[in-house]
Amino acid sequence: MSIKLLHGAHVPHRKNTADCTPKRMPVEAGTLLTIPVSMNIGAPSKAVVKVNDMVKVGQLIAEPGGFVSSPIYSGVSGKVKKLDEVLLFHGASCQAIVIEADGEQTLYEEIQAPTVTDLPSFIEAVKNSGVVGLGGAGFPTAVKLNVDPAKVDYICINGAECEPYITADTRTMLDDAELLVEGIELLKKYLEPGKVIIGIEDNKPQCVKKLKELCRDLPYVEVNALPALYPQGGEKVMIHNTTGRIVPEGKLPIDVGCVVINTSTLVGIAKYIKTGMPLTEKYVTVDGSAIANPMNVIAPIGMPVKKVVEFTGGYKCEPKKIVLGGPMMGVSVPSDEEVVVKNTGAILAFNEKDARPPKTTDCIKCGRCINTCPLNLMPAHIETAYKLGKGEDLKKLKVNICMECGCCAFVCPAKRPLVQVNKLAKGMLWDYNAKLKADAEKAAAKKAEAEKEAANV
Amino acid sequence: MSKFIVSVSPHITHKDSTQSIMRDVLIALCPAVVASVIFFGWRALLLTVVCVATAIFWEWAFQKLCKRETTICDLSAAVTGLILAMNLPVDLPLWQAAFGTLVAIVVVKQLFGGLGYNFANPAITARVVMLIAFAGTMTTFAPTNFGVDAVSVATPLAAMKSGTVDASILDLFLGNVAGSMGETSALALLLGFGYLLVRRVISWHTPVAFIGTVFVLALAKGGVMFGLAEILAGGVFLGAIFMATDYVTTPQTPWGRVIFGIGCGLITCLIRFFGNYPEGVSFSILLMNILTPYISSWTAKKALGGVDA
Repeated sequence: MSIKLLHGAHVPHRKNTADCTPKRMPVEAGTLLTIPVSMNIGAPSKAVVKVNDMVKVGQLIAEPGGFVSSPIYSGVSGKVKKLDEVLLFHGASCQAIVIEADGEQTLYEEIQAPTVTDLPSFIEAVKNSGVVGLGGAGFPTAVKLNVDPAKVDYICINGAECEPYITADTRTMLDDAELLVEGIELLKKYLEPGKVIIGIEDNKPQCVKKLKELCRDLPYVEVNALPALYPQGGEKVMIHNTTGRIVPEGKLPIDVGCVVINTSTLVGIAKYIKTGMPLTEKYVTVDGSAIANPMNVIAPIGMPVKKVVEFTGGYKCEPKKIVLGGPMMGVSVPSDEEVVVKNTGAILAFNEKDARPPKTTDCIKCGRCINTCPLNLMPAHIETAYKLGKGEDLKKLKVNICMECGCCAFVCPAKRPLVQVNKLAKGMLWDYNAKLKADAEKAAAKKAEAEKEAANV
Repeated sequence: MSKFIVSVSPHITHKDSTQSIMRDVLIALCPAVVASVIFFGWRALLLTVVCVATAIFWEWAFQKLCKRETTICDLSAAVTGLILAMNLPVDLPLWQAAFGTLVAIVVVKQLFGGLGYNFANPAITARVVMLIAFAGTMTTFAPTNFGVDAVSVATPLAAMKSGTVDASILDLFLGNVAGSMGETSALALLLGFGYLLVRRVISWHTPVAFIGTVFVLALAKGGVMFGLAEILAGGVFLGAIFMATDYVTTPQTPWGRVIFGIGCGLITCLIRFFGNYPEGVSFSILLMNILTPYISSWTAKKALGGVDA
């Protein structure tokens, strides 16, 4: 069966660090690490340490604050300096645990591999590993994997890494390939999929080759080299392009028998189950036009961006923009005091020329956004409907399924901020639906009252 | 006060801009300009320069007058001027050309809100207005430099209308026939088409559907040679490649573009075969421009996995 691949944008690759094995950055005594308790989608975690507590590498410092939540472990040894309120870069504030490192990096002595014998114990282990969707989404993985194995037809291992610059997953697939395969075997054992498909963009032939070799004896594994067309790694895109299935609006991948898991996420789980070492550090790609030596770094969670950049050799010119994550979906932050969190895959610093957003001009109706959208949306029309405040049109245009991948804004010759408009339009649609619901309820209440009155007469 | 620029994603964009697209269209029309100079002499270049310069001037002047931001740097006015020039007979008085660009830029484009907001193609609408206003000069065509020695001659289409095909297919292909300056040389226009395709400025859908429809209908009416003559004579290539592919006034989806092209071809043939005018390309595109919003809504894309409420 051949699958007609979804549309996408030919973004530049810029995988300058693909050959760079991640270097573990040393933690100097006195370094302050700030670990926000809210690093993933869902409820914030609850701190279990107090000021002046001594912590070690791999020690639990915050426990899950709800069902959709995740524990947090310290990536350094040292002393809890304070429990502070911090403003996150997306505008919300939350508690943060500030740890002053002692530079010793002493390992927590109670670390031991968990006993995994069946699905519930596997899910428990995934939960305890502290792993969330490391590809960028940051959804707690234990929640995602907690599905009925009878429903699972395919597990897609997402190694697309379609964002420019980032090579953290590339290095994971090359340097931790054995762990990745162990992870695949765990998934096969407990989730019982018919097939495991590893989807990798074909601009990483070395990863395709390596994983094909390692999975030679696993008949249920297929390594699928996908064309390097952004956003190959989007969940719905990955499912469609590897299995041909379409996730309907408002449904989850499991509703069409699929589970998608990022390579680094899976390696994180496999590592915890093998050694008992939870997620405390991240492969981070440091690159961009203002970085002197682009490279991959293993940075503890909570490390300030500035320190990570200093470790790589600093800026080569004055940075004008810092982006956490890839250039297509990453967030530009106001300061390099921001810290590495669980789903930080890259730190990109850009010079003046690359930092300035291009000038926006009027839409010339070229249709590029429409013909590039992987989900067949019509961003130009969504923008018009949004500007006119037409909720009904936005509903028909299905702006709610937009994954904000950025293809439309990338290809737009008029440089219109179409992704941002889609985000705002989603809010408008939300309000519109709420109003419709309220109106309907009001009408129903009125009708019921009228009927009651009629009955009384 | 942050020292970093904070902006919305994506943080990189494609190198193509409105300006670069317009520049590509100008480059793609260069072979046609060269052909017009070869076949019709230096006055072709003079008329072209006047059209482009006045188009830019009107845009600049109107925007100054309305205290709007000047957008002549996006080169869209230059494109309109150049396309209009390609649609004019070489001996047209210069003031009439300047009037044409005034209609195109001010009336059709700026009064509707400028680039992106006009519903009809400025160059085509201006040409139609001129055809009515200056019926004499707009339909007087000089022979080419390699043609008969006469002040004016009939265009191949007019000749065909009266039942005599006098130009060879080779002359029609190269452009050695009477007609509007830029429309006669199919070869030059095809070079431009190739360039636009390679640069991904336009898609093949509209031109192929347009030219294909005209060819098939003419084939049915009068055989292969007649079919070839119908597509090579007159403005089919110029219209299909450069005017029916104007972004603003044509559909945005591939199927919409195919329907648009077929519609243009159909109307062109109806006018040519049954109407009073020998040529129907301008009218066909103008009429299809008006249908564009409907075609767009018929061919709207269906969101992947979208559920109808």
